[in-house]
Amino acid sequence: MELERIRNFSIIAHIDHGKSTLADRILELTETVTGRQMREQVLDTMELERERGITIKAQAVRVNWKGHELNLIDTPGHVDFTYEVSRSLQACEGALLVVDAAQGIEAQTVANAYLAIENDLEIVPVVNKIDLPQADPDGTAAEVAELVGEDPERVLRISAKTGEGVDAVLDAIVDRIPPPAGDTGAASRALIFDSSYDQYRGVVAFVRVVDGSFRAREPLRAMAQGTRFEAEEVGFFSPTMRAAESLGAGEVGYVITGLKDVSRLRVGDTLTSERRPAEEPVPGYKDVKPMVFAGLFPTDSDAYPDLRDALEKLKLNDAALFYEPETSQALGFGFRCGFLGLLHMEIVRERLEREFDLDLLVTAPNVAYRVVTQVGEEVEVHNPAEMPREIERVEEPYIKASIIVPKDYVGPVMELNTERRGRFDHMEYLSEERVLLVYELPLAEIVLDYYDQLKSRTRGYASFDYDMIDFREGDLTRVDVLIAGEPVDALSLIVHRDEAYSRGRALVDRLREEIPRQFFDVPVQAAIGSRVIARETIKAKRKDVLAKCYGGDITRKRKLLERQKAGKRRMKQVGSVEVPQEAFLAVLNLDGGKK
Amino acid sequence: MSAVRHLYVHLPFCVSRCGYCDFVTVVGRHGQHRAYVNALLAELTLERELLAEPLESVFLGGGTPTFTEPAELGRLLGALPPALEVTVEANPETVTPELASLLHARGVKRVSLGAQSFRPHLLEVLERRAGPDDVRRAVYALRDANIDNISLDLIYGIPGQSAADLDADLSDALALEPEHLSCYELEAKQGTRFTHAHGAELARQAEAMESYFERVVARVTAAGYRWYETANFCRASAFADGRDLRSRHNLAYWRGRDYLGLGIGAVSTIDGRRWRTTSRLGAYLSALAGGERPPREVEELSRGTRQSERVLLGLRLDEPLDVAGLEEAVDWDAVGRLERLGLVRRGDDAAEALTLTRRGRFLGGGVTAALLA
Repeated sequence: MELERIRNFSIIAHIDHGKSTLADRILELTETVTGRQMREQVLDTMELERERGITIKAQAVRVNWKGHELNLIDTPGHVDFTYEVSRSLQACEGALLVVDAAQGIEAQTVANAYLAIENDLEIVPVVNKIDLPQADPDGTAAEVAELVGEDPERVLRISAKTGEGVDAVLDAIVDRIPPPAGDTGAASRALIFDSSYDQYRGVVAFVRVVDGSFRAREPLRAMAQGTRFEAEEVGFFSPTMRAAESLGAGEVGYVITGLKDVSRLRVGDTLTSERRPAEEPVPGYKDVKPMVFAGLFPTDSDAYPDLRDALEKLKLNDAALFYEPETSQALGFGFRCGFLGLLHMEIVRERLEREFDLDLLVTAPNVAYRVVTQVGEEVEVHNPAEMPREIERVEEPYIKASIIVPKDYVGPVMELNTERRGRFDHMEYLSEERVLLVYELPLAEIVLDYYDQLKSRTRGYASFDYDMIDFREGDLTRVDVLIAGEPVDALSLIVHRDEAYSRGRALVDRLREEIPRQFFDVPVQAAIGSRVIARETIKAKRKDVLAKCYGGDITRKRKLLERQKAGKRRMKQVGSVEVPQEAFLAVLNLDGGKK
Repeated sequence: MSAVRHLYVHLPFCVSRCGYCDFVTVVGRHGQHRAYVNALLAELTLERELLAEPLESVFLGGGTPTFTEPAELGRLLGALPPALEVTVEANPETVTPELASLLHARGVKRVSLGAQSFRPHLLEVLERRAGPDDVRRAVYALRDANIDNISLDLIYGIPGQSAADLDADLSDALALEPEHLSCYELEAKQGTRFTHAHGAELARQAEAMESYFERVVARVTAAGYRWYETANFCRASAFADGRDLRSRHNLAYWRGRDYLGLGIGAVSTIDGRRWRTTSRLGAYLSALAGGERPPREVEELSRGTRQSERVLLGLRLDEPLDVAGLEEAVDWDAVGRLERLGLVRRGDDAAEALTLTRRGRFLGGGVTAALLA
């Protein structure tokens, strides 16, 4: 296909604003799928995606419209996946910015729109759900037009649900989005924007061809890593995989590499022909670094090898997932895992539990810290228990948060941000009713329950998105927890010094509730170094007997004791104290006591 | 086949059902008492070869055995094999001088009276029919009939029971100088009418009632009783002319001896097999009327199970449990931990024996769960 007839585009939208429905409608209208094949959200293949209505992995599908080849590159909608969004956007020349006519612009819309603008994409604004009774197409169109600097008249108004206006969207893609630039005759180059792993065919690279063309059985090379392989097949999605003779400049599709080791092909690398290699790779992506960390431990310690295998398999399809073995005195063998954000963590956990049938204990998440020790050594700390005690300074990651709220809730949001050590950046009115607030906040302040708090203090009206900005020095300290005098590594916290006392107190109070009474008094302490800042005692049990036990009761009493015994097995032994697994999650919802 | 020396006979009939009770009971049915005793005797005939006479103990439990038609009760007692100890459970309001004489005449050596409490407001909560004076009258009637081994049952942890109420109950019980006392903490089982009515109150009082067990033990042992089993006390032999007043029958359970149970819902454990007879009166009567064994639920006890049971039962007693042959049932690391916590004691000599310490006995359930392998 000649370049002039190709259009590559993404759809960016806030969650639930109708991206998947629009994608489905496009597939239908272009007869890419027949009505019989049609099922909702064709593009979202993972079970979890369909259930949650969110897109996790980017996919690309080719459709034909009025003699043009349109490649729709799907993008994840949630803040955690900004990195994947930007990868997808780099494979496009344009983007549909979809906004719900009843909801208006959300924080994610703004973040993704800026991302698209930064990538020099042509933005086609679309107001969706105009069929809803509470829709305000004109008001929403005005907001969107303002955001992207477009004439409100050029904002498309559609209903992806009924199909109204979708043909105009396809026309606009052809008319407004530029064809890809590229040199069909040059040495071949293709950007790998994603990959997946197929157990029979190995690594499948999703590529955007920039120059030249790629054919099956051609020897190829990944330029940055130097990995060589022969393409077993090239093709495109329509919407399922279809082999093609070749993929040409400007086209989007897949290359089956036959590689059995995912680490040999990195997303962001450039493929080129071994016979006529290109000189320069396509500019790739910045490597993302996981910013949120948590320990994952199997509830049953025998399941450790299963967890390791499961993480290995997940990693094949989730380049952003990071993990390394972790040994906790309290929880045994597990892994410290790094995630892009909280939703990413939640999804990984759910996939591990659901697809791999594992029972997991996930510790409270924390962020990555950069620590300079007193001897001038610089270390990155992913686990509060590993925070060195003798430190010169600590830096923690900061984010820029965009929050959109109705103007009546500006006060509560500002209050929340102040409590969370936020620094006000600026605010602007998006319309008479809606305000955009921009704050800089330590990431550590949002990993636990910020989002819940934001939602509850704004009655669910706030929308929120964030970008990592940098690392900044903070007055941080490590708080340890001791149960019966034994430090419990899995309960250590890193907190701002001003909050150490209240967090330590809240944690100790929670633990007193969570840990059942034992045969002896159990002191629970929070300490900074050797200084105890909070203490509670779990009083010893005074009685624990089965009142009567005669001939007719023996079986029942024995079963009772067996159950009691089984219950104990699920506890973790900390020194001589039996601690239920739930107690290790006490750190997760401390704010019940904080505010 | 081992020779069984302990016989339990279940007499399910009651005037009414008490809210907290979870035994197999049948209310009223005077018309069926005769048929039931016939069935019991038929069942005895079918199983008699299991028994090695003379028996060590016979125990008539219920229900309210003494609510059974006196003529039928007398006929039953007369037909049972002789035993060194014959115990009958009785509700105070059923014990008349006539009944007391009947029991004595039929060889009953021991009567276990369900007093439960001496406080009228607590008896009402328990839905007991007898009042405090009925208990006293019953004790006097039994004494007059020369029954010299009387046990009183008390319940503590009753909704609304204050520490003062408990002390008063113990005083009233001890004043009657019973040979034996059983003190049970009230068990409010989930889903029962009783728990539905009183659960909230019990939860509210839980903390205050934690000390009641210790209070009971302190008070009763101070009065010269031996705390020989978790919930059972007997007058120490020094205060009983050298008699051993422990319940022979119940000791047999705690020492893991075999026993035969007759009647509906009765359990037998013989040669590693345990069975529970149907609790349906109709099915029981009709099977035995036809000369058949009544339906049973059988449980085969594995070696491991038998060992665990020996440990869990044996540790209820104040005598050392000889663990020779039971080593596999015990988690010896846990024993070490519990020993350091002062909850368990090991024997001094090479023969391993385990005893719970005083504190260990208050925590006996949890301690046992911890030390079972």
